Amino acid sequence: MRVHRLFATALACSLLAAPVLAQELTGTLKKIKDSNTIALGHRESSIPFSYYDDKQQVIGYSQEMMLKVVDAVKAELKLPNLQVKLTPVTSQNRIPLVQNGTVDIECGSTTNNLERQKQVAFSNTIFVIGTRLLVKKDSGIKDFPDLAGKNVVTTAGTTSERLIRKLNEDKKLGMNIISAKDHGESFLTLETGRAVAFMMDDALLAGEMAKAKRPADWVVLGTPQSREAYGCMMRRDDPAFKKLADAALAKAMTSGEAEKIYKKWFMAPIPPKGLNLMFPMSEDVAAIFKNPNDKAFE
Amino acid sequence: MGYHWNWGVFASPVPSGETSYLGWMISGFETTLALSLSAWLIALVIGSGMGVLRTVPNRWLAGLAAAYVELFRNIPLLVQLFIWYFVLPELLPAGLGDAYKGTNPLLQQFVAAMVCLGLFTGARVCEQVRSGINSLPRGQKYAGLALGLTLPQTYRYALLPMAFRIIVPPLTSEFLNIFKNSAVASTIGLLELAAQGRQLVDYTAQPYESFIAVTLTFMALNAIVMSLMHLLEARTRVPGSMGT
Repeated sequence: MRVHRLFATALACSLLAAPVLAQELTGTLKKIKDSNTIALGHRESSIPFSYYDDKQQVIGYSQEMMLKVVDAVKAELKLPNLQVKLTPVTSQNRIPLVQNGTVDIECGSTTNNLERQKQVAFSNTIFVIGTRLLVKKDSGIKDFPDLAGKNVVTTAGTTSERLIRKLNEDKKLGMNIISAKDHGESFLTLETGRAVAFMMDDALLAGEMAKAKRPADWVVLGTPQSREAYGCMMRRDDPAFKKLADAALAKAMTSGEAEKIYKKWFMAPIPPKGLNLMFPMSEDVAAIFKNPNDKAFE
Repeated sequence: MGYHWNWGVFASPVPSGETSYLGWMISGFETTLALSLSAWLIALVIGSGMGVLRTVPNRWLAGLAAAYVELFRNIPLLVQLFIWYFVLPELLPAGLGDAYKGTNPLLQQFVAAMVCLGLFTGARVCEQVRSGINSLPRGQKYAGLALGLTLPQTYRYALLPMAFRIIVPPLTSEFLNIFKNSAVASTIGLLELAAQGRQLVDYTAQPYESFIAVTLTFMALNAIVMSLMHLLEARTRVPGSMGT
């Protein structure tokens, strides 16, 4: 009897364990397990998504969402002491760094679009933005057509850069378009009066506004020229890791945790200046929280 | 590694449709050429003037030229460029600064880069002109003065014609450097050759084709400059000097 029970227990254990054993770890999960390290890619000045606070710690909305994925990896691989390696990335090097394995996952302010899907995989959408304008309140500019013949700044390598150039060409607006190196330099160009408007993702514009000397002087306006879905980037053709990341993000969104994180970063004072972005949740964001998915808008 | 080579990318139209990617590269090449040549002109004029001042007996004038060299040679080029482009317009009187910043930004970028590169390279040319003059036997200067030439005349007719012929080889290096240094202008948004190359990568995800094209263009440009300067060197070489 005793032997039987032992045998039965052993059988049950082996049956339960079987799927885990049979499903040999591959790709990113294997790399993480073998090295006991997960490599995260983050941004340095994408406020409030992923940026440094005054103690050089990486903080932000996307960063917290990425940590949800890290927690899920820890649980799945049973690695409570998983080491986390942080690597800063830029608009221009983020895709190569994911592809060559320097970072395993990047959550920042990266738009999921069809063109990029040829190079990398995207997780469930974590945020939705519209591309709009940041202008001085007394500039008299209300929308894109008012920019005719004016100086406009945007950040090099972004979707906004393409959209504004195309708009300029199609509508013959005769704008002078300045492509600055990063969002900080774009805003400097705007703040020093070199450009009358800064075109970028609306949430990032709100973040730049928070850095201004006098935030109350500025306003985000204009008809959105595009809607874009932000996702976390991973290597392509790694379904096991993507499934894990998607599940972790979906759980955060449907359980209400994501909403709390949203409120923390968009509706409450945030570092470095303790300014409140007062950026209420859009219908698009509410919709992805309700039905998490990884669809690109374009 | 599964890289998808596509040299046809240069022929395909850019998203806004007004030209092809090759058109972007050509416009970048033209900007690099215009920027480097205009900056070189500034560098030659300022560098020669300051180089002469470095060697004159008047301590104040020599000190002024020395200060110029120390200032422009000791600050990184990139920092100088940011100062010219971002800081200086803020130091102008408000009305003037705003008027300047309201002008075509592409022109502002070009002017800032041109002045910056010109003065930076000018400091290096200055040192070469000075060493060219100092390499001449002292007797030449005294001979000129003894003949009754004034000091400026001695420089004009005796010292400088020799000095410039001696420093052609190092000037060739500076001329080549100015083309390569012009790529820093991409950091303030000027769409010269390197910036167009990077932009092409952003738009097409074909980094190798783009950077190979940029590299070859710079190499070809410098090969042409080098052979022209070699011709000049051969024609102006001082007989009996430098192993000939």
